[in-house]
Amino acid sequence: MIKHLLSMDQLDADAITTILDTAESLRQVTDRPIKKLPTLRGRTVCNLFYEASTRTRISFELAAKRLSADVINFSADSKSSVAKGESFKDTAWTLEAMGVDAIVVRHGSSGAPHQLSRWVKASVINAGDGSHEHPTQALLDLFSIRERFKDLEGLKVAIVGDVLHSRVARSNVKGLATMGAHVTLVGPPTLIPKEAESWGASIEYELDPLLADIDVCYLLRVQQERQSEQLFPSLREYAALWGLDDRRMQLMRPDALVMHPGPMNRGVEISANVSESARSIILDQVSNGLAVRMSLLYLMLGGHSEEGQALEELAV
Amino acid sequence: MTRYLLAGGRVVDPASGTDTTADLLLRDGVIEAIGTGLDAKGAERIDVGGAVVCPGFVDLHTHLREPGREDEETIASASAAAATGGYTAICAMPNTDPVADSASVVEQVWALGREAGLVDVAVAGALSKGLEGRKMADIGEMARSSARVRMFTDDGRGVQDALFVRRAMEYLVAFDGIYAEHCEDASLAEGGQMHEGERSAALGLRGIPAAAEELMAARDIELAKLTGCRLHLLHISTAGTVELVRRAKADGVRVTAEATPHHFSLTDVALDDYDPNAKVNPPLRTERDRSAIVAGLADGTIDAIATDHAPHADHEKDQELLYAPPGMLGLETALGLAVTNLLAPGHLSLSGLVERLSVAPAKLLGLTDHGSLAAGSAADVTVFDQGATWTVDPAAFRSKSRNTPFAGEELRGRVTDVFFRGRRTVAEGRLVDEALV
Repeated sequence: MIKHLLSMDQLDADAITTILDTAESLRQVTDRPIKKLPTLRGRTVCNLFYEASTRTRISFELAAKRLSADVINFSADSKSSVAKGESFKDTAWTLEAMGVDAIVVRHGSSGAPHQLSRWVKASVINAGDGSHEHPTQALLDLFSIRERFKDLEGLKVAIVGDVLHSRVARSNVKGLATMGAHVTLVGPPTLIPKEAESWGASIEYELDPLLADIDVCYLLRVQQERQSEQLFPSLREYAALWGLDDRRMQLMRPDALVMHPGPMNRGVEISANVSESARSIILDQVSNGLAVRMSLLYLMLGGHSEEGQALEELAV
Repeated sequence: MTRYLLAGGRVVDPASGTDTTADLLLRDGVIEAIGTGLDAKGAERIDVGGAVVCPGFVDLHTHLREPGREDEETIASASAAAATGGYTAICAMPNTDPVADSASVVEQVWALGREAGLVDVAVAGALSKGLEGRKMADIGEMARSSARVRMFTDDGRGVQDALFVRRAMEYLVAFDGIYAEHCEDASLAEGGQMHEGERSAALGLRGIPAAAEELMAARDIELAKLTGCRLHLLHISTAGTVELVRRAKADGVRVTAEATPHHFSLTDVALDDYDPNAKVNPPLRTERDRSAIVAGLADGTIDAIATDHAPHADHEKDQELLYAPPGMLGLETALGLAVTNLLAPGHLSLSGLVERLSVAPAKLLGLTDHGSLAAGSAADVTVFDQGATWTVDPAAFRSKSRNTPFAGEELRGRVTDVFFRGRRTVAEGRLVDEALV
């Protein structure tokens, strides 16, 4: 297994399948009354978060705890040494000196996990870096889609919205393409980098003509703070042209899914009705995130052969 | 003063069309003679064994960081780095703290350069007070000061207001000053970390489009036409800008341009592992741009190779890419990169290379002591071995900073000896008088 998980580029179809299969086995644990495995006992995982996060941080924390690892949460906020001007590198060295085995990092600067991986001996897991990647989100999305359609090969997925600034989009395009799905990126031209065609995705500016043909409509969060940059005229116009509302949902096939990485702006990229409809697997995405992150920690930190056996036992 | 005989070198002096195996005799700070069988009584004989003997290099674009950031570089340490890199003159950029926007600051920098005594330190003055692009700096007073400022620039940023550019250009004509531009439209470049293109989209980094440079280059060329002012475009980086300069020169506009070693050596793929040492402004561009820069240097569209030597403290460079300041060192790797990427592949001849590193920049700045090996001219001479290979080791740099993306690279072309006004400043690749720094 890989030492660090920085980008979906590192994972081929076999590696992704292994992670998803392992997640499936581990999910059975979370359905038990006592939801804990001893696998990572004595190991320490640090959640190093330079950006606000609810679901990703909690999901990683819970995943590590369910595997019996010790967990440290470090948020670079007004209460930490970062507020006193401590640099990223010094923070990394401090964690290293305390002997952590893995650092789960979220950072607003694209590439920060790459840099971190050059400074420490611990495994680095990218939990979202700037506008670059969010690989564990892509893995949990692949898991959630596979759960419904069994096979990812040949599926048609539309990813709608602010692809330009989205780390979720970059990781998902790579992961979906690796697994043989066809991805179309949809949104206003100001939010879709034209270079995205070289990622193996196609680009469309209109959503309606695609809806009848797709298996998954994946909505990205409209980052409201981008409003000042004049990327589109107004949230109202965005919702009218690219928001998934009831009318548009009716155009989709009955078995087609609606997904969203959260947090949602209801009434902008997704209507309240759609988000709570039967097609929406948004909450499944969240709970699958736990199993997928357990799987990653297990494979990256505890992936010795004896533990491979342990996993088989547990799956029975 | 001592006499030196540089024996058996390949003497390259583009100003006189010389490229021949000969000896060079220096006496009392001037070049006495070029030839064979010279009367060299009492001269120290230095057998250069086929190495290239040429006029000392002149850098149009050096950030010395003094005054203000003496922890990163001083005028003395930059002079040492420059000499080691084969330079005998450098031009200090004005974006210091305080900004070189008045006679007192430019005179201070000039005087400290004289004191260091390893290279001539010419000084570029700011165009606007505090580099703010609004009020004109003391252009005339700087031109008339003992530093005799000739080049004026707000380098580090482009001047955004076209009317200000027009007025500054008109005013500069009185002093035969050069309006030098860092071509970058601030609104298009805002927040940019690298070249905008396929790599920036994939890496999730905000890009600076080629158009941000080209818009301003086109504007300045039009205003140079309007005002008759001399225009110099700093560190041009895109194929489009090369083409704009080519056309402007054909139209008779008084425009010159420089390009950096990193822009003819690297492309934006250097950012693929988010190395802050590859973050620079203007950014590393695409392969198409890089080859256009090489072609521009080859056909003379680009007059000079300039380093844009930009020292940064380790603790500032070794940050998240988003926070790391742009810029990289240049003085000590320029020749190696030029030989490796321009001379060795045959893009430039030896005399073409010396033209770009010495003759053209000396002429541009009006440094009559540099750029020529004519008998009687100042003995500013560089000797380099074009076949020697060496590995870039930042720890061995004379600069106070270490920020280079070329660490560990093997380069061809090494400076062995440098003479500044007849005094040997570098011998066998090392500074002669370590006490000087």
